[in-house]
Amino acid sequence: MKAKIRKLAVNVEETHLEIGRKVDPITRKAVAVAVIENPFANSYQEDLSLLMEIGAELGTLLGRKCVEVLGITPEQAESYGKSAMVGENGELEHAAALLHPKMGAPLRKEVEKGAALVPSSKKMGSPGQVLDVPLGHKDAAYVRSHFDGIEVRLNDAPRANEIMVAIAVTDSGRPLPRVGGLTHSDAEGIDGLR
Amino acid sequence: MSKLNLRKAAYSIEEVFHEGGPVSETPLRRAAALAIIDNPFAGRFEPDIQWFMEDLKPLGLQMASRIVEMLGGADQIEGYGKGAMIGEAGELEHGALWHAPGGYAMRELLNNSNAIVPSSKKVAGVGGRLDVPITHINASYVRSHFDSMEVGLNDAPKANEMALVLVMSTGPRIHNRAGGLAAKDIEGKDGLR
Repeated sequence: MKAKIRKLAVNVEETHLEIGRKVDPITRKAVAVAVIENPFANSYQEDLSLLMEIGAELGTLLGRKCVEVLGITPEQAESYGKSAMVGENGELEHAAALLHPKMGAPLRKEVEKGAALVPSSKKMGSPGQVLDVPLGHKDAAYVRSHFDGIEVRLNDAPRANEIMVAIAVTDSGRPLPRVGGLTHSDAEGIDGLR
Repeated sequence: MSKLNLRKAAYSIEEVFHEGGPVSETPLRRAAALAIIDNPFAGRFEPDIQWFMEDLKPLGLQMASRIVEMLGGADQIEGYGKGAMIGEAGELEHGALWHAPGGYAMRELLNNSNAIVPSSKKVAGVGGRLDVPITHINASYVRSHFDSMEVGLNDAPKANEMALVLVMSTGPRIHNRAGGLAAKDIEGKDGLR
């Protein structure tokens, strides 16, 4: 692996009740995080291709961790998202190199299909800061019930020379969706939007 | 009838490969289970609270089993800890109800765990974080295994809720070198050494 990983973390959240009402079936979201060394900390680097390669590796690794912890088959995944938080000796562009050029294709293999854009967020940060990973339907971005997010933070990351990279996958939408719009069952999932 | 009302469950696992030193062949793994439940005593002073411990027993076992499964079996586990956060309409004493059902659930699944389960508890608002202490399951004085794991959820505990936590770990701190009683030297009879 090109990524130098110090730490991996996987969280899964299940919602059984929402405002006193039973959620049936329960909704579940997972987020997997890798804390990696930033190969370009402290210096401006024109060519960020190493981070792009690392992004591809992490697309597979973190996507698979989420699917595993949810105990689902890849096609049962319903929404996804990705984020990165760069420690203070890096730059925001490092997050973009990890997330955008090469992470998507391997992630889509782990969740099967994935016609929709993978929603993303990025920021600079420090140990203990919160990273909010946006979530959207994996095959049809307009599915309104699946717009969501999951928070992740690690008390000891990212250190100054590190980057925290997160991928989130769910097997469901929000607990009690009722704001209309395109539904999961009506989505065609061909153009990634509807 | 059981008063247990589970709103949310969350599980976390961390694998630590190094912390600036040599990369370990076996990463340290820590896992946590959190349950967000209604606090049946929220909003008033209730003198008689101990009955609720019975209701918590099955929850403790469920959470402990899930952690053991996440870490690959009881034989993998070397450290443990527990904790509770009480929403603002409750009191610290409600968190103390978790000691017996949480601790004994883990000890039931981990053969030969003699050591007391270390714990932390506090009253917290939504988004509160809890540092759950971890010590060796057989001998509290094993220095390499003193550790902790931070847990919390952005949407819990609400005022009328409590967050109950169990954690387990698979080994020593990744670059432990602070001496003291080593895991290989323990007698494991009194739970201390």
